Amino acid sequence: MKPLLQIESMTKLFGGVHALEEVSLDLHSGEVVGVIGHNGAGKSTLMKIVSGALRPDHGRIRIDGETVTLDSPIRAHQLGIEMIFQDLALLDNLNATENFFLGRELTRSFLGFRWNDAQRMQTIAKEAIHNINPHFHRFRTEVGLLSGGQRQSVAIARAVHLDTRVLIMDEPTAALGPEETEMVRQLVLRLKKRALGIFLIGHDLQDILRLSDRIVAMRGGRVVGTVEAARASEDDLLGMIISGKVPAAALPGPGAVTLDQEKD
Amino acid sequence: MSWHDVLRTLDPRHKRLLALGASLVVIWVVFDLLSGGLFFSPRNFYNLAVQSSTVALLTVGMVLVIITRNIDLSVGSVLGLTGMVIAILQIEVFPAAAGWNWPLTLAIGLIAGTLIGLWQGFLVAYVGIPSFVVTLAGLLIFRGLTFEISQGQTFSPFQAGYRIFGGGQQGSLGEAASWIVGGVALVVLLGALARRLRSGEASLPFTLLGGLFASALTLFMIYQFNAYDRPRTDLGYGIPSPLLLLTLAATWIGLFVNRAPVGRHVYAVGQNLEAARLVGVPVRRVVLKVFALMGLLCAVGAVITTSRLNAGTTNLGTLLELNVIAGCRHRGRFPRRRPGLDPRGHPRCLCHPEPRHRHGPHRGEQLPPPDPHRIRPHRRGVGRPYRRPQVLRSP
Repeated sequence: MKPLLQIESMTKLFGGVHALEEVSLDLHSGEVVGVIGHNGAGKSTLMKIVSGALRPDHGRIRIDGETVTLDSPIRAHQLGIEMIFQDLALLDNLNATENFFLGRELTRSFLGFRWNDAQRMQTIAKEAIHNINPHFHRFRTEVGLLSGGQRQSVAIARAVHLDTRVLIMDEPTAALGPEETEMVRQLVLRLKKRALGIFLIGHDLQDILRLSDRIVAMRGGRVVGTVEAARASEDDLLGMIISGKVPAAALPGPGAVTLDQEKD
Repeated sequence: MSWHDVLRTLDPRHKRLLALGASLVVIWVVFDLLSGGLFFSPRNFYNLAVQSSTVALLTVGMVLVIITRNIDLSVGSVLGLTGMVIAILQIEVFPAAAGWNWPLTLAIGLIAGTLIGLWQGFLVAYVGIPSFVVTLAGLLIFRGLTFEISQGQTFSPFQAGYRIFGGGQQGSLGEAASWIVGGVALVVLLGALARRLRSGEASLPFTLLGGLFASALTLFMIYQFNAYDRPRTDLGYGIPSPLLLLTLAATWIGLFVNRAPVGRHVYAVGQNLEAARLVGVPVRRVVLKVFALMGLLCAVGAVITTSRLNAGTTNLGTLLELNVIAGCRHRGRFPRRRPGLDPRGHPRCLCHPEPRHRHGPHRGEQLPPPDPHRIRPHRRGVGRPYRRPQVLRSP
């Protein structure tokens, strides 16, 4: 089966520093790929490139086998790539509905100008957010005044609307209590059934092991190795992150650089 | 229900708006007492309306500039330059007798102002130079250009048709038309209030108090404008044209801020530039548009000022930027639609676009008990962490 998203030899330089060096990665639909690594390993840089927020210096991204240019977040949205940022990227001075549609407001024409279609946006946002969190009711309050879980609901609902195909979750459970973490877990399973491809970035190896199908470890801007979550242990992951040691059960394929090759 | 109970049920933002209205009345009464009764005279109200229209008009744009966390120090100079361009073209370059002269020069002036705004917006948004630097340079450059193209001369007089914008004898509506315009404005205003009452955005006491105040003020002002008679007649001036221009511009821009996507984008950019960019707001284009609007408003201000003065002089709009920025009343910090901060204007600029403010809960909304772990908003000046200003840069 053709992968939904292919990242090919992605390279990104910040000044003279290689934030990413020849990183390749595949994502199939209905698959959860965990991305782990130290701070500064290049996880976030890679995901920012996929979500259109950064432009790579070198490398290609294919969707359904076709090369695409991701030159802006808007373009990424059009292609069905959504990201839930670690800080959620919500605008505190706007309410839930306004945040939900920010940057892609539904409009209608009147007197030759585009005006907000407030009614329609309200209805759709309400339905989408209730889908994620049935208890949410404060649609007219600025999100800056909402609780952490409520804010998360808004951010998730915004990212998983109907045409989303690739979802990137940057540490989705880092700031949440146990109950809300469970909610996110259920959500990931539900989205998998909808055939979304999901990148899951995180530091909680337990969580990553439980939720992912495959796990990719990054170190110093390179992919250390890819393992199947079912056949890997927490120690295997730690070994990859800390010392770049690839376990015996690692999968071959794009990005699976062994330690020996790296030395060359 | 006692007076205190009514006040307590009012939404803080509504209370603030009513307090603004009340303070306006207090200021007027104090000045009336200090001037020995001269303040409450038709002539004073008429002149006051004409004079503050330009400032208020520019304030409408400046509020938006400040919401995006920028500043425009060049408004006075841009006004001076566009005014001078109009004056020289109309009086020196094009034939004085031609009927197409003043409409054409007017259009050129408006285009010139917009272009200047676009240029400064481009430098801020796309090149990434701080707006303070860009517009401070603009303040000097455009004033210098005004002297350069005029060689220090004053140009006068304008065509008769052009003078309708200045609020003088040709520039007012007359008594009957003023009552009609006032009536229409009141109907629109009360309609908007009633709609907010129905949708739950405004409470009944606010609607009643606000409606009463707005109606009284409108009728009072029109009465005063009509009571100011043209020389050697008993025909009243009526509403001055600058005030009409201001009302139309403020209404139109207010509609955009509240009901078009770009309004939300302006607030998003001001709140968190990076987050806005990441979710797909075209942040640079938003800033560009805001500066372009500011330039256009400067040109409209130039039309009013030159038309009123019936001359183009080199010192038009000098130090105007200070009045305009003061009119924004940003309380030492940039408005971010948070409790205690709002971009509404000074009492004398009561006609600002009024973005919907959502401070606190809405009527009938149940607030959850306060979360003890929540980090409380910092009080002004108390341990507020310094945040590096965000610079617009391409990724």
